[in-house]
Amino acid sequence: MSLYKSYGGNKRHEIIYKGISIAFLLLFAVATLFPIYFMIISSFGDPIEAGAVNYSLIPTKFTLDSFKFFFNYSEYSVRWLLNSLLIASVATVSNVVFAGMAGYAFSKIKFPGRKWLFFLLLIAMMIPYQVVQVPLYILIVNIFNLSNTYASLMLPTLCGVYNIFLAKQFMSTLPTEVIECAKIEGCNQFQIFTKIIVPLSKTVLAVMAIMTFMENWNTFFWPFLVTKTMDMQTIQVGLKNFRFANTTYFSPMMAGATISAIPMFILFFSLQKYFLQGVTVGAVKG
Amino acid sequence: MNNCKNEVKKRKFKFNEDYFWGYVFIAVALAVFAMFTLYPVISAFIISFQEFKPLGSQWIGLENYAGLLKDKLFGKSIVNTVTYTVFSVPVSLFISFIIAVMIYPLKKSLQTFFKAIYYLPVVASGVALSVVWLWIFDPMPQGILNTIIGWFGISNQNWLGSSNTAMLSLLLMSWLSSHGTSIIIYLAALLGIPDSFFESADLDGATFIKKLRYIIIPLLKPTTLFLLVTGIIGSFQVFMNAYMMTGGGPNNATTMVGLLIFNNAFKYSKFGIAAAQSLVLAAIIAVISIFQFKVLGDDVEY
Repeated sequence: MSLYKSYGGNKRHEIIYKGISIAFLLLFAVATLFPIYFMIISSFGDPIEAGAVNYSLIPTKFTLDSFKFFFNYSEYSVRWLLNSLLIASVATVSNVVFAGMAGYAFSKIKFPGRKWLFFLLLIAMMIPYQVVQVPLYILIVNIFNLSNTYASLMLPTLCGVYNIFLAKQFMSTLPTEVIECAKIEGCNQFQIFTKIIVPLSKTVLAVMAIMTFMENWNTFFWPFLVTKTMDMQTIQVGLKNFRFANTTYFSPMMAGATISAIPMFILFFSLQKYFLQGVTVGAVKG
Repeated sequence: MNNCKNEVKKRKFKFNEDYFWGYVFIAVALAVFAMFTLYPVISAFIISFQEFKPLGSQWIGLENYAGLLKDKLFGKSIVNTVTYTVFSVPVSLFISFIIAVMIYPLKKSLQTFFKAIYYLPVVASGVALSVVWLWIFDPMPQGILNTIIGWFGISNQNWLGSSNTAMLSLLLMSWLSSHGTSIIIYLAALLGIPDSFFESADLDGATFIKKLRYIIIPLLKPTTLFLLVTGIIGSFQVFMNAYMMTGGGPNNATTMVGLLIFNNAFKYSKFGIAAAQSLVLAAIIAVISIFQFKVLGDDVEY
């Protein structure tokens, strides 16, 4: 790394530069992480109204009463977590399977219409979700009559265009010779996909799985639109309800936010590598 | 001879078989896409020319679009969205760039450490973060942000409750969170620059600033363009912070287009107007993206 080193420059300058940048990086990291830190330590406070709360930046108290308060708000609060888990899991499996298959077809199988179908998908990625939202709502709720069902929550998430794009980008880099060989050996396309392509694309499929899970765990808008009763809601919608129903309860609100975020934090720390790869894998070259 | 013919026939059949498998493999993806993306987009155009009624909508031509021209709130929401975008996206890119350049010379393990730290807030949901920031902006004197500005002798602010500071508050939130993605993308691009470029610059006696000016910034232009376009697209669709924290208020100072479309559609059931607004939003985004690629990207190849 000779970005900082100047030719014949002395070593001491380099160390000082590095020291300063590490100090700055840590300082900015503190600012960025502050909301999360504040959320977690505040969630251990007493479930009392905000007027009586004294915010403190260091944990002074440790009680789980606020978590209890949050869970007691609705009899379905545990179910919110399970709903989120179910919806995110179904979306993850379905996206990996179907977007993976479509990605393989678009990258390696030649069939008429493949170019312009893929082009259509690319165009669709540019369209803001607000355009889709209203007609999609009318379709699911008024035409299909699926309001407040698991089907309405899951159907639109089954195969994301972005995932197809990711899979296609990755799979086009795989050597075509391997596929040709397998064909000569008598494999059909389905066998090629399961026996050759999937094992070779494990990384990108893992990235797709994690990104899809995260997106669907954190999604708020669509579940909020199509759920009517508390037992069908996801944790994000539940947290929103709690926020508007108990506007003055500081610690319980933080406890709710913590509950909604902790599963993703755990997932992030255990699968960090794939999360960080996931960011760059889709970015345009550059 | 006969054998040869057989071979040709067989290969022809194989080709057809590939067609078959191709369509099988994309069938589900295509069905989901057609039903939940393509159909809604086409339907949005139709709805935007109608006045929505549960039992048979009425065709009213361009009336929804004409109404937008006179709609003061729509104009204001566009101005708010543009303001938010102009002040949040470039600042975020600048911060991310500086951070990435600072992380770049560090050891691999430290790089991973900082990447993970800066990415962590991205993992938390928008609802959770909005709830937390709602309390950071507590207008009471003991509120966190009021305490902090108190150290510098600045008096109490009614952050989200006053039309002077509401937009600033949302911007502050965007400046202090969620740079993770762009930092990691910038860093990946930086690591892609061959070290020999810097070495030869060293031999010519280039200073750090010169390396930045003549090597890094030009080579990272495609990355910047990519982040700028995606950042602006994302920022134009922003909804969560306004909805959760200010509700668009006070006095519509933070009503963004995303929130306005939501209100029109799902609060007042004016689906036609909402569809028209969403298509105008899509058109604005398309024009801005094309403009950026034309102006900034003339020497960028993809």
